[in-house]
Amino acid sequence: MRNVFLFIRRHTNFLFFLVLQIIALSILFRYNKFHEAIFMNASTEVTGRINEKYNTIEYYFQLKKTNESLLKENLRLRQLLKENYEAPDSARRLINDTIKIDSARTVVKYKIMEAKVVNSTTSQQTNYLTIHRGLDQGVRPNMGVISPQGIVGTVLNASENYATVMSLLHRQYKVVVKLKNGGDRGTVEWDGLSPLFVTLKDIPKSAKVVKGDTIVTSQTSSKFPANIMVGTVYEIVEDNSSNFYTLKIRPSTNFFNIEYVYVIDNQQYDEQKKLEDSTRKTIQ
Amino acid sequence: MSELLKNSIRFVLFILVQVFILFKMPPLHRFITPYLYFLFVLWLPFNLSRSSLTFISFVFGLSLDYFSKTPGLHAAACTLIAYVRPFVIGLLISQEGADKNYISPSIVSMGWAPYATYVIVLTLLHHTYLVLLEWMNFGSFIYFVGKVVASTAVSLLLILLTELLFYRKQKFRTNTI
Repeated sequence: MRNVFLFIRRHTNFLFFLVLQIIALSILFRYNKFHEAIFMNASTEVTGRINEKYNTIEYYFQLKKTNESLLKENLRLRQLLKENYEAPDSARRLINDTIKIDSARTVVKYKIMEAKVVNSTTSQQTNYLTIHRGLDQGVRPNMGVISPQGIVGTVLNASENYATVMSLLHRQYKVVVKLKNGGDRGTVEWDGLSPLFVTLKDIPKSAKVVKGDTIVTSQTSSKFPANIMVGTVYEIVEDNSSNFYTLKIRPSTNFFNIEYVYVIDNQQYDEQKKLEDSTRKTIQ
Repeated sequence: MSELLKNSIRFVLFILVQVFILFKMPPLHRFITPYLYFLFVLWLPFNLSRSSLTFISFVFGLSLDYFSKTPGLHAAACTLIAYVRPFVIGLLISQEGADKNYISPSIVSMGWAPYATYVIVLTLLHHTYLVLLEWMNFGSFIYFVGKVVASTAVSLLLILLTELLFYRKQKFRTNTI
């Protein structure tokens, strides 16, 4: 016993170092289960506040571009208005079907909330955004996030007033998308090479793909509504050994000057998830 | 200004510079991540005990992790260089008793060549460990080697610039207190 104490006394520094290393590594590698409870929730609140202070300055430099992108989005939405599609002879006046609206409380699948981006990185291999909207304002983990131009990522973590978003430019991020022409589904991920491009995999070679084709979200991703812009095909990578295309995609979102995003709350997500989980259990 | 106050200001400044300037820079290449924050650990005073040195570095690394959302990554690398630091200083110090006569490691206190070696060794160690941990999650061997070399080069350049811009005066202290 005495020797044990002697050993500890002699190697205090080394043991202390080991303890700190083990703490650091265990937080790092048990990230997903552990961090939510002790690490991120409190810290997101603090770092979010500092980021917000910084953003109030940075924001002014982006005002013009933000304005332009919002204007473009408004234009696109305006063109979708029902009034635009009124045919002069067949329909006398536009009637909104009230029955649908009455029962809409349960029919509405996606609720959209706007949020300001207070911090974002593009230079790392694991890029995140911090948004100024948290649990108190209805943001929950696993919600999809889009920008006026296209998809951005998924909410990873939320504190009272802030939330962190795993960006499309994250090595572990995956999202199911489809080709706008043909509807073949594949997975988009980032290879970490350049923040200007992401990779689309698993599109079968039977699909017709040409450069410049539009990639949109698929309704099967369950975090995003269908047909939200993801990007356009920039290059088709030749690979004769595979039955699937590897496509280089240029994301439509400009991650460098992103200022406002929309958080998408799929109100039927829990129900769908529960059903899928229970199905998986029945099979096993 | 007392050493404690000076180092507290440095603590905050290094984190802010790293988070809001260096991490925000548009990436030049995927291998290059400019790191400067760990210079705080290299500049800590000589007379800190080894366990407090390790602990301060751990807290420092963890605070950066809160911003970059990589819990434990920078903390682990900082703790490692803080632990190794006294050994490297012990090996390199040429002037007799320089660690008693000066407050912290610098060109003046250690001499040009030993200080450069000290910075290079610890920078390389820090980057190797950091990228190794990142490599375990994803990436290939080429990514690992390329990122270590490229980031070390960029970091050394940044450290050189910092040393030139913010010249630290070091007063010679006698050991009679």
